[in-house]
Amino acid sequence: MANFISHLPVLSVITFLPLVGALIILAIGGEEKVVAQQSRMIALWTTILTFLISLILWFGFNPASSSFQFEERFDWLPQYAISYHMGVDGISVLFVILSTFLMPACILASWHAVTKMVREYMVAFLILETMMVGMFCAMDMVLFYVFFEAVLIPMFLIIGVWGGGRRVYSAFKFFLYTLTGSVLLLVAMLAMYFQVGTTDIPSLLAFKFPVEMQYWLWLGMFASFAVKVPMWPVHTWLPDAHVDAPTAGSVILAGVLLKMGGYGFIRFSLPMLPEASHYFAPLVFTLSLIAIVYTSLVALVQQDMKKLIAYSSVAHMGYVTLGVFAANQQSIEGAIFQMLSHGVVSAALFLCVGVVYDRLHTREIARYGGLVNNMPKYAFAFMIFMLASVGLPGTAGFVGEFMVLLGTFQTNTWVALIASSGVVLGAAYMLYLYRRVVFGELTKDDVKAMLDLEPREIVILAPLIAVTMWMGIYPESFLGIMDRSVADLVASYETALKSRVAEVAPIGHQLLAFLR
Amino acid sequence: MLTAAVFLPLLGAFIAGFFGRLIGDRSSQIVTCLGVGLAAACSIPNFIAVALHAHPETVHLMTFLSSGTFEAEWALRYDTLSAVMVMTVTCVSTLIHVYACGYMSHDDSQPRFMAYLSLFTFAMLMLVTADNLVQLFFGWEGVGLVSYLLIGFWFKKPSACAAAIKAFVVNRVGDFGFLLGIFAVYFIFDSVNFDVIFDAAPGKAESAVTFFGIHAHALTITCLLLFVGAMGKSAQLFLHTWLPDAMEGPTPVSALIHAATMVTAGVFLVARMSPLFEYAPDALAFVTFLGATTAFFAATVGCVQNDIKRIIAYSTCSQLGYMFVACGVSAYQGGIFHLMTHAWFKALLFLSAGAVIHAMSDEQDIRKMGGIWKLIPVTFGVMTIGTIAITGIPPFSGFFSKDMIIESALASGTGVGTYAYVMTILVALLTSFYSWRLIFITFFGKPRADHHTMEHVHESPLVMLIPLGLLAVGAIFIGGGFNHFFVGEGREHFWGEAIKVLHENDSIHRAHTEHHNFFVQWLPLIVSLLGLGWAYLFYVRRTDLPGKLAAQFPDIYRFLLNKWYFDELYNWLFVQNAFRLGRIFWKIGDTGIIDRFGPDGIAMVTAKAAQRLRTVQSGYLYHYAFAMIVGIAVIVTWFVVGAH
Repeated sequence: MANFISHLPVLSVITFLPLVGALIILAIGGEEKVVAQQSRMIALWTTILTFLISLILWFGFNPASSSFQFEERFDWLPQYAISYHMGVDGISVLFVILSTFLMPACILASWHAVTKMVREYMVAFLILETMMVGMFCAMDMVLFYVFFEAVLIPMFLIIGVWGGGRRVYSAFKFFLYTLTGSVLLLVAMLAMYFQVGTTDIPSLLAFKFPVEMQYWLWLGMFASFAVKVPMWPVHTWLPDAHVDAPTAGSVILAGVLLKMGGYGFIRFSLPMLPEASHYFAPLVFTLSLIAIVYTSLVALVQQDMKKLIAYSSVAHMGYVTLGVFAANQQSIEGAIFQMLSHGVVSAALFLCVGVVYDRLHTREIARYGGLVNNMPKYAFAFMIFMLASVGLPGTAGFVGEFMVLLGTFQTNTWVALIASSGVVLGAAYMLYLYRRVVFGELTKDDVKAMLDLEPREIVILAPLIAVTMWMGIYPESFLGIMDRSVADLVASYETALKSRVAEVAPIGHQLLAFLR
Repeated sequence: MLTAAVFLPLLGAFIAGFFGRLIGDRSSQIVTCLGVGLAAACSIPNFIAVALHAHPETVHLMTFLSSGTFEAEWALRYDTLSAVMVMTVTCVSTLIHVYACGYMSHDDSQPRFMAYLSLFTFAMLMLVTADNLVQLFFGWEGVGLVSYLLIGFWFKKPSACAAAIKAFVVNRVGDFGFLLGIFAVYFIFDSVNFDVIFDAAPGKAESAVTFFGIHAHALTITCLLLFVGAMGKSAQLFLHTWLPDAMEGPTPVSALIHAATMVTAGVFLVARMSPLFEYAPDALAFVTFLGATTAFFAATVGCVQNDIKRIIAYSTCSQLGYMFVACGVSAYQGGIFHLMTHAWFKALLFLSAGAVIHAMSDEQDIRKMGGIWKLIPVTFGVMTIGTIAITGIPPFSGFFSKDMIIESALASGTGVGTYAYVMTILVALLTSFYSWRLIFITFFGKPRADHHTMEHVHESPLVMLIPLGLLAVGAIFIGGGFNHFFVGEGREHFWGEAIKVLHENDSIHRAHTEHHNFFVQWLPLIVSLLGLGWAYLFYVRRTDLPGKLAAQFPDIYRFLLNKWYFDELYNWLFVQNAFRLGRIFWKIGDTGIIDRFGPDGIAMVTAKAAQRLRTVQSGYLYHYAFAMIVGIAVIVTWFVVGAH
């Protein structure tokens, strides 16, 4: 058995199992109602099975090694040195599990909410899962790019077809924003290919790009990843996309898609282009700080629950970009952890919004109030995620934020000072939201009629609560996995900088030196 | 036993919180009281072993966070300081739990309330037994969270919800400083573990760092940042505004938050970090100054308030100022001593205020009370004991600890110490005045409540009176009983390594050895009696005088009544501007600029360009032919010119 598992192409199985599920769903025929119900069941079991298989990674991953594990390699376009190369290291393995973990919740959350074209909806989600997982496993840049871009298509459809409100506008906005960035990423990739002669990621990681070239490559990648994160000022697609996406769409958008940008920075920008990363770090710091302060304030005045959480996502992702480019052990581990915790917590928050949206069909905060009276279980679940979002110690949200700030302080005290103000602002907008929705007297008749969580919803939220607490109380089980890989990353980054320290001074260096 | 003392309350909270509806009110009360009670029972032998027998110990539980050189553990550190805190917290908390069973008996969510109380106790215990700054921060935020839940316990009241948010957010402002302090500690020491930091502190006494563009003494700036956290939690001036509003919670909450636990966390932090503060004289001076000023500020406001709980809340704020003065003049032991005695008599005052409110059918305005001492003699009796204790009349508890602080401030001999001495003497006068004012207005004079209320005035049930009695015993004897260990001859053996005081800073030692004249020595007691006389004159003999005085100085009266206008200032400066900025960023920044010139603008330009381009494709052959000729002309020109 152990032998069998060790020879099993685990990553390919995890990646393509959802696709198989999608094909099966497409194959079933019959009455529409029957098809819908069968599609739901097949999608659910496929995602659960995928998640269970992905646990092999959790138990089989060797945290003592920083090299890529579970590797698979087949020639794809050998004449161009492009191959189907899969593998995970301590940085990517947890994102794979995050993706597979969130999918069953998405399917369950759509159980009753989606009634039209259920078959197509489920297919879209399963394809989406294949693309996401594949992206995190890809060890070849072309393969990565294919998955990275292909994610757009099912997501575009999910928003555009099953969304609400101005869904077409939002879908196009989302698509155009991300596609524009991606074109520049493609150009950067081509340039790298012509320079190195291969698109194999480990080879690219080992290659030293000339400094002048790094700047251009960095900017090309930045255009794509910054939109995905999203960083200020290219964040305005996110609130619209969230507001108009169906609940499960928001969950995946916040839970996984935003992480693709941060992952890209850690996987490509920082290790492949260390001098450029160092050079542009002040730019990233500035944008991240604006993201943290600006979007927190915007979140404070929102009247739409989803918009508020969307803006809070931008602020939280500001910590991620900050942590990545502060570039030390604590800050990068913090950034990765922040992405994981935000993946769980913001996904859960969107699910919480979905719970009340399914009952009252509005996301306007003022239409609610006093929910704790008739929905105590819901109030409890929402409370946990709200606190995690605030970054309360003992929940997942604290660890990432704390470590990013701790690491950033070692790099630049000013940046850490301003970023820490997010601690106050974050508490303000989340508590204010919670108060308006959950606390207070129960006065509105339609709100009075709302029922507490049903078993299906408890099944969705309970594992998320458990993970949120686990990540907060014993984060070591996650940090331990990434520790070696991040240590290596930081070490090679610092070596690269030291060897050419004279040439590279960050932009605004004088100003920064003055401030420091 | 060390572990049990911390985790039993958590267990109680867990059972009552999740299964409260299942097991019923009574069982939830029993479970939680048992949890804290057993913890208290464990804490006393722990105290004897750790503090009296000088046997500090650390229980390692598991790793919390580790990344590179950064490491933080879940651990229970028991030295004298934590043992004192654990004992105080669990004992007072147990009495509050029992009292709450009676006080909350008409409420319909008692299990939730009891669960919160226990959870609060647990968080506080985690805070005081932390062996590194991150775990301390966990407990720190934990008490912040549960206080948020407790203040907002009656979530149907908008004022309670607002007060809860205010408490959390203002505390977060403090935490902002605290976090930066933790980062600074890690920056300087490469560790956040107390043992490592404390050992390395003397070596860093001379080093300097540049934070935020300021090149400064490393430990001074670190200690100041940490102290910002303490200011938030302990409601010191500028970050005090949440505390009076926190009175929206049920009375046992006020007792727990203001007496034994939450607000003293800041004092504990400074005492815990004494090995750092000792090498940061400027930070100590600031602590002294702010403590003394807060004590004065809160006392002046306390003199004119009319809500029974608010008066006591301001009194707490003021007493915390005393504790910080003690820490600031390196008399940490005196600060912790006052913390402990204060825990007992302030819990007593709050709980008896609760009994009064209970008796007066939920009335909190002292102007609508009066003439009830005969009707509720036990409550009156214990509340008077609490008042005697807080006003520092011997041999009650408050006398010993407060006297020690005032003497230390004088003995420190520094300028700011002298300022603190003058302030604390003045505050002792005011404390006595407002405390006795409370007693006289509430219990004496003619009844001012309607007869309906007066008919219902009744003594509280035994379940509330017994805790009051026990607290009264504590308020009388704790001070005299522990004086020797905390600040007397036995203090060195008692504290061991838990608190560090440099020899040249040791103001307690100096206060004991220097001999002042009779007048200086008894001044605190004299002003306390003066305050008593003043209150007696104003509120028993000549009840027309206060009104006349207020009419004489209307501006000062209004200034004090409105708490120096801090709330108004902050609301105008921070809250409104935050919302205004948020709207500007949203409507102008996002929609007006980014979207308008970004995606929407580009989409529009594209659409227009497409419109124009369409006209080019006219379908007429001569149009195309003309374009081709122009094109050829351009290319030919390009080659001809380019060739040269």
